[in-house]
Amino acid sequence: MTVTEDRPLSPAGNPMGFGRMIRKEDVRFLRGKGNFVDDVNLPGMLHGAVLRSPYAHARIVSIDTSAAEAHPKVKAVITGKILEGLKLAWMPTLSMDVQSVLCTDKVRFQGQEVAFVVAEDRYAARDALELIEVEYEPLPTVYDARKALDADAPIIRDDLEGRTDNKIYDWEAGDKAKCDEVFASAEVVVKQSMIYPRVHPAPMETCGAVASMDKVTGQLTIWTTTQAPHAHRTLYALVAGLPEHKIRVISPDIGGGFGNKVGIYPGYVCAIVGSIVTGKPVKWMEDRSENLMSTSFARDYHMDGEIAATKDGKILGLRVNVLADHGAFNGVAQPTKYPAGFFHIFTGSYDYSAAHCNVRAVYTNKAPGGVAYACSFRITEAVYLVERMVDCLAFELKMDPAELRMKNLLRPEQFPYTTPTGWEYDSGDYPRALKEAMRIAGYDDLRKEQVAKRANGEMMGIGLSFFTEGVGAGPRKHMDILGLGMADGCELRLHPTGKAQLRISVQSQGQGHETTFAQIVAQELGIPPEDIEVIHGDTDNTPFGLGTYGSRSTPVSGAAAAVVARRVKDKAKLIASAALECSVDDLEWEQGRWFVKGDPEKGKTIQELAFAAHGNLELPEGVEGHLDASVVYDPPNLTYPFGAYICVVDVDKGTGHVKVRRFIAVDDCGPRINPMIVEGQIHGGLADGIGMALMEVMAFDENGNHLGGSFMDYLLPTSMECPSWELGETVTPSPHHPIGVKGVGESATVGSPPAVVNAVLDALQIRHAEMPLTPAAVWRAIQDNPISRPDLAIE
Amino acid sequence: MQVPAPFEYERATSVDHALALLERHGPEARLIAGGHSLLPMMKLRLARPEMLIDINDLSDLDYIKLDRGEIAIGAMARHAAILDSPLLAEHYRIFREAEKVIADPIVRNRGTIGGSFCQADPSEDLSAVGSALRAKMVIRSSSGTRTVAAREFHDGPYQTMVGPSEILVEIRVPIRPGSGSAYEKVERRAGDWAIAAAGTFVQLSGDNVADCGIGITAVGADHFACAAAEDFLIGKPATVENFAAAAQICHDAVAPQSDQRGPADYKRHLARELTSRALNRSAARARGEDV
Repeated sequence: MTVTEDRPLSPAGNPMGFGRMIRKEDVRFLRGKGNFVDDVNLPGMLHGAVLRSPYAHARIVSIDTSAAEAHPKVKAVITGKILEGLKLAWMPTLSMDVQSVLCTDKVRFQGQEVAFVVAEDRYAARDALELIEVEYEPLPTVYDARKALDADAPIIRDDLEGRTDNKIYDWEAGDKAKCDEVFASAEVVVKQSMIYPRVHPAPMETCGAVASMDKVTGQLTIWTTTQAPHAHRTLYALVAGLPEHKIRVISPDIGGGFGNKVGIYPGYVCAIVGSIVTGKPVKWMEDRSENLMSTSFARDYHMDGEIAATKDGKILGLRVNVLADHGAFNGVAQPTKYPAGFFHIFTGSYDYSAAHCNVRAVYTNKAPGGVAYACSFRITEAVYLVERMVDCLAFELKMDPAELRMKNLLRPEQFPYTTPTGWEYDSGDYPRALKEAMRIAGYDDLRKEQVAKRANGEMMGIGLSFFTEGVGAGPRKHMDILGLGMADGCELRLHPTGKAQLRISVQSQGQGHETTFAQIVAQELGIPPEDIEVIHGDTDNTPFGLGTYGSRSTPVSGAAAAVVARRVKDKAKLIASAALECSVDDLEWEQGRWFVKGDPEKGKTIQELAFAAHGNLELPEGVEGHLDASVVYDPPNLTYPFGAYICVVDVDKGTGHVKVRRFIAVDDCGPRINPMIVEGQIHGGLADGIGMALMEVMAFDENGNHLGGSFMDYLLPTSMECPSWELGETVTPSPHHPIGVKGVGESATVGSPPAVVNAVLDALQIRHAEMPLTPAAVWRAIQDNPISRPDLAIE
Repeated sequence: MQVPAPFEYERATSVDHALALLERHGPEARLIAGGHSLLPMMKLRLARPEMLIDINDLSDLDYIKLDRGEIAIGAMARHAAILDSPLLAEHYRIFREAEKVIADPIVRNRGTIGGSFCQADPSEDLSAVGSALRAKMVIRSSSGTRTVAAREFHDGPYQTMVGPSEILVEIRVPIRPGSGSAYEKVERRAGDWAIAAAGTFVQLSGDNVADCGIGITAVGADHFACAAAEDFLIGKPATVENFAAAAQICHDAVAPQSDQRGPADYKRHLARELTSRALNRSAARARGEDV
């Protein structure tokens, strides 16, 4: 299927196309030879540090920078007032709002940027922050999204003309009237409120930039932690009024992104201004607490769901009201037409016709952001909702949750399938995936074991989730960010000796693009993957494209790589006809070689043709020399990977401690280009799921203080919390993708949290309790006194 | 990168040298051993010592040995050494069980027992062990050594009886034949601070509790101990019911505070649950059972 081990290997022992191979980037990472933004050191480089607000909501009365400016190593102190003069105090967000770069009027979340110091070294820059005196006048805070629209709630965005409340938008999808009708006549309706708390992507590398403005040439070069270098370049041009052709954005090795590195942060802009002001390169790297407290968070959805069904478990409809906490500025990164991302895919993997959602977004005194942590533009929240609601229904009907799912899953013959809210799922065989997961798990035996354990007073739980993802944004006509269409370029150039360079627009943050994309070209052209260099992350050296997030690299740029390779192959065919003195129609392809039909000995390898294309061969009429091609790939639709997950937990009922005993993940992402990379991404996503389900949360106290501002307070899972993952696979190709593949980077993060939560609740034999299911939360749930607001300080 | 405020640094070559440096630089000087508590606090600028005196070269304080019928642990003994010590494993399983759940191997390779005690974090694990075992803390200054009971060592959160010109040099634990010990901890994630933890020893005389010690951490227990529960148990039969009653005394005696690790009622419950579990396992071990 996807594994090519039966084919001869390359000279370096790699598959000549798809299959397992060690990542090309591992050589430098494992030897500590990566080149991250903080490794960039330029002659004369200065260092920046950001002064941040200790208050969540406070008017700035005065800022005195004189003592900081007097520090012998300080070169510049930049405040909002200075930026105002440059018209840079505010910048546009990715959601048509504006965000403060450095505060001019009042701070709106704890950790907001107030001033920027540029000094000779980062120690002095940090020391000088303490010399800046800011007088604040604290204001009451909106720390609870549910109070944001109260009549007496303080207005956060008084900078916006005519603002009288904290509402950002109301947005709905689905057919409300039809949905109401179905619910009114349904035999069973189950309601459940649930919170998907605010969490953080917490990449290992924090965000930062090195900005270097050459005042002579007007050239700005910025090395920065970005998942979307081209989009950033255009935004800098739009924000700062800099000419786009004089801006070069370089995204070197990136230590994890997960959506945290999609947007532009005030610190990046400050580094640029710092370089303009001082005439020297300026480096700014935030520290861990700054990353957790001020950069793009994820989730923060308060969801009131309702599911309608017949008494025997046929699902009829689903509706939900969402209260979305967007923080102080609407900085969500998502396609323009979709203010709640792809949340309206919440109908999930099941067959019913009535669905409706309303999403109401509000401002609060918290950091902006909102689409991050491998969420596929809010599909994480959507899957959590539907998979919890299905389990709530099973609970009320006293049905086995696997049986209920099997009864309602979409059937293979229904594809392509249009959902009640308008998505067209490309392909799927859902029952097969669920059966495979149940087979690996030994589902029936697990249920028997559970019965025995319960008789013994022990708490064991089995949780399921079935998810459908939608990844690979655009098409461009439906999807853009700030007007930039979501289509991606790709260029392939074969050198005379047959070695190749592939230039892609997407940006790896650890996904292994340099390997996967080389394998795609290898598969198409028969060039060994070690002979293909993948170039990315430098706007001067790669074609335009929207970058890597929402699992879009392989669905979009992977398609582009296959298409561009096919164009090269077609051109090579013309050259082969000249070299072999035969008609183009007489040529046949085998991997890596064009040959004459009926005379297999007579042929030319792609490497020979590359040389011929650069050599003295007389080329056919209309064929230019060299062997290269470029494309822009505009995806016709998203790809829809899916999967069935089963989690087995044991709960210590005396302490509430949850032990994840097993986790079975059957993923269908179409054919796997490099199964090892796919499995690695699934492993990471499953660990994410355990983290979110059991420990991760950013709560805020009534003063808007962030209660998760370090890794001592914001917990990420370790290997100790993770079982040995049991992975399975089914393969349903995407019909519209050139090589049939679907994205997978976020599948496990999207699909796993409800499986873990469902398992814990199954152990407890209760219908619902909120994430994260910490020992305290579980024990309280057992006591029938649950922690209902994990987003607030625990009292 | 988080960077600390400016500070001076000197490496001590002996205990006397370290004491001389402490005397010279006064109360704004801090000793640094493993640094796994002090350095993060300095990076967050919660701690701002003007002078760091590095005592990592004082290998003469790095030992775990039998000494005059007691186990003597040098203040510079690393967590990893305590975890692996056959001597401690033979006499007090509590050490190994507590160490296994302190941070992670990287921290345990550097962090020291002396540093743990002197940091005096109210959620610290070894402080509960020391209180449970009624250890003695040997403190040295230029004028000599003095000994303070573990249960008198702490003077509130992050405060100890070690003066500005003194060094904790040794922790001494009496050997108790016929005893068993155990440590129980609940944490949100491996390596996290305890939500609550309890460590106990039980020494049996026949079926009765001849002596016992109860240490509890992270729940506001006075000196990490619960003397009332110990008094209740001594002389009574070592039964599940009596241990439950003693654990209930702990439940009532502790003063936990709600925070993001958990609400106070849960922590109070854990004080009982974990004390009960630790007492039962300690007693089983005292009977020679393999638990």
